[in-house]
Amino acid sequence: MSEQAEMLAARQQAAHRGEWQRLPLIESPRLRWGIVFGVLVYLVLALASVEVDWERVAEGAGRAVNFLGAFMQPDFVSRYDDIVAGLLESLTMTLTSTVIGVLLAIPVGLGGARNIAPLPIYTACRAIIAVSRTFQEVIIAILFVVMFGFGPFAGMITLAFATIGFMAKLLAEDIEDLDWRQVEAVRATGASWWQTMNHAIQPQVMPRLIGLSMYRLDINFRESSVIGIVGAGGIGATLNTSLSRYEYDTSAAILLVIIAIVLLCEYSSSHVRRWTQ
Amino acid sequence: MPVSTSPLGQPIWRRRTTRAQWLQYLAWLAGGSLFLLCWKLISDNTMWVFVEDAGRQGADLISRMTPPEWGYANVLWKPMWDTLNIATLGTALGIIMAFPVAFLAARNTTPHPLIRSAALVVIVSSRSINSLIWAMLLVTILGPGVLAGIIAIALRSIGFVGKLLYEAIEEIHPTPVEAISATGASRMQVMNYGVLPQVMPAFAGISVYRWDINIRESTVLGLVGAGGIGLQLNASINSLAWDQVSVIFVMIFATVLVSEGISARVRHAII
Amino acid sequence: MLTLSGVAKRYPTGDRALTDIDLTLPNGQVMALIGPSGAGKSTLIRCVNRLVEPTQGSILLEDTELTKLSGHKLRHARRSMGMIFQEYALVDRLSVMENVLSGQLGYVGFWRSFLRRYPQEAVVEAFRLLERVGLTHAIDKRADALSGGQRQRVGISRALLQSPKLLLVDEPTASLDPKTSRQIMRLIRELCAERDLAAIINIHDVALAKQFADRIVGLRAGEIVFDGDPSELTSEILTTIYGEEDWDTTPEPMDDEVSDDPRDTASYGAAPAMAVGGGQ
Repeated sequence: MSEQAEMLAARQQAAHRGEWQRLPLIESPRLRWGIVFGVLVYLVLALASVEVDWERVAEGAGRAVNFLGAFMQPDFVSRYDDIVAGLLESLTMTLTSTVIGVLLAIPVGLGGARNIAPLPIYTACRAIIAVSRTFQEVIIAILFVVMFGFGPFAGMITLAFATIGFMAKLLAEDIEDLDWRQVEAVRATGASWWQTMNHAIQPQVMPRLIGLSMYRLDINFRESSVIGIVGAGGIGATLNTSLSRYEYDTSAAILLVIIAIVLLCEYSSSHVRRWTQ
Repeated sequence: MPVSTSPLGQPIWRRRTTRAQWLQYLAWLAGGSLFLLCWKLISDNTMWVFVEDAGRQGADLISRMTPPEWGYANVLWKPMWDTLNIATLGTALGIIMAFPVAFLAARNTTPHPLIRSAALVVIVSSRSINSLIWAMLLVTILGPGVLAGIIAIALRSIGFVGKLLYEAIEEIHPTPVEAISATGASRMQVMNYGVLPQVMPAFAGISVYRWDINIRESTVLGLVGAGGIGLQLNASINSLAWDQVSVIFVMIFATVLVSEGISARVRHAII
Repeated sequence: MLTLSGVAKRYPTGDRALTDIDLTLPNGQVMALIGPSGAGKSTLIRCVNRLVEPTQGSILLEDTELTKLSGHKLRHARRSMGMIFQEYALVDRLSVMENVLSGQLGYVGFWRSFLRRYPQEAVVEAFRLLERVGLTHAIDKRADALSGGQRQRVGISRALLQSPKLLLVDEPTASLDPKTSRQIMRLIRELCAERDLAAIINIHDVALAKQFADRIVGLRAGEIVFDGDPSELTSEILTTIYGEEDWDTTPEPMDDEVSDDPRDTASYGAAPAMAVGGGQ
């Protein structure tokens, strides 16, 4: 305490003489320099372990130019059928997986909210959420492709599984910090458990649930463009093929279509969100 | 009006008007049919024989994955270090690039509407394209390796950090900015004194959040050759060494949980 | 000396905020600008330092035509006009000293301000100002850790560190309690006298305006409807400025007490004399 007062007095005197410096973000100089030193050591170690084959990079530079050129002249025509088929598969996977995922996420989310679920159910639901959120969609897709065979079905299951973790976690958090007075007010009228859910909890979480579903729809579409790489259907397989054949103009066309659809998704979801609020 | 009068002259309350009710039924019907149509398309493209076989395949998979070959973990330390580096360096690089882009994209700090549109295009294209696709592109250009992974993560992070940051910039209090302008400060000084202090906490939070996501993303970049633990995963899957795969899974799970914990802690401390 | 002639402002939406304002403010004069919410008081002072662009007319500070300036020259003109804001407009996450020193931004280059390397005289002056307003104990506190009155003092110090020729003051007391309001008004008044500064003070509180200003200008719907000595401000004139209201139950300017009659207090919704923090 007195140390602080001493420092303040010293700083006041210095300011009186016209010498003033900004207070450092971290007060203890040892900790401050320790962090700076630690970051520097990490950067040196990390950068040292990055191996760059500069010859290969120089060789690839020509391809980079080709690729940028392809963006100026994307080729939608020569692989038209493949692109349309891939897109259709991606879109159907996106829609079905989001619907199924959200529906399944609701019970898991209710179970994962500590204030309405008993402990065993809570633990089980939180475990589901943790597993689903930890693994990248592609890893899950690998497993499901092995189980269900190649094709969009495995992709749909993958995306639905990932949706459960995402939605259930956010839903559970929402329920955990909803306005408990409203719930008590409905309970006080003698409402049953289902009636409480319908009249007190649903109205509070519904707008955000719809907004998040739209957001997840968007994410699922973007993910559906990559899980094709491991054989789970969708536009990703087409993209992967075109890239490995160095058909950059087709790849550019596919990427542009993906960007356009994501934009459209975002635009419409902002409308839906405004409409539900 | 949802209140109408019954033939007996009694007022009846309904939640919606008849018209609104019908429109709602119609919307549900349309949504339902769309879902069924999509389902049909998927089921046409599915070999149901394989799906019926899924239970047996799953059981088979689990039996092959257990017990995990724990000794394999020793090979994994270097790839795991690479994965962490890809995520961390990639995030750092992405943040550095996203920072100016966000200021150009925010309505209240952009120098010109045209520049704003350009910045928004950068953000949208970066967001729409998954980091795995970026990695595929970069591997063909730069060759396989950690560098392609770092840049892929950085390119994907620009959009994410840029979008959240420019939204934060648009939500700042305008009065301190006005006050700083009134002192005769230049544009850059107004940014430095009026805007930056207000968005700094949001910026730090967003960056740490993206780092946590990037750890997860960088675990799979190896599948397309962009370095990290994904390379080992790919190799083990191709050689059907499922007992090694399970070791990798456990490792990824642990790493992601730890990074998520760190990220949540840091964000909690900032806010 | 500040001279406004024929100043008008029309917003892109078509709303006329100001029409044909003529006003001359000699050095050392403290002028209070009163009028109902939306009369254009804020727009008027923001036109002077060009936070709002006037649509027509000319504004002369000494010999400089302010409406024609841009870029570098505008910055130079702005630094000679200190502005004090209603909600203090401090940067919450910066320390008190940094907030005061930001008054020097018009004088130092970007990198010096970025590294917080201010000239020694500026720091000495900043500290002296903080001493003057009684806040030296708070130099390293963050601005959001201060009370309303203290924040407004920091805002005043920032404006004075610009070594201005003119003070533009926008509702300085609107967020403060009656006692602090009077202290702040007195402080502004004293500082203007010490430095022979002219000031335009937007204020809702007619009683405070009468007590602390040399001159009162009444604004209604963007036009000047009264310009004169505080003693000339009668209830008839208040009626022309603010509209019909029983002005005679307005307590005397020196009186800080609120009327006990609940009927009166209820009718004071629009009465500026009572409304410390009114119009919010």
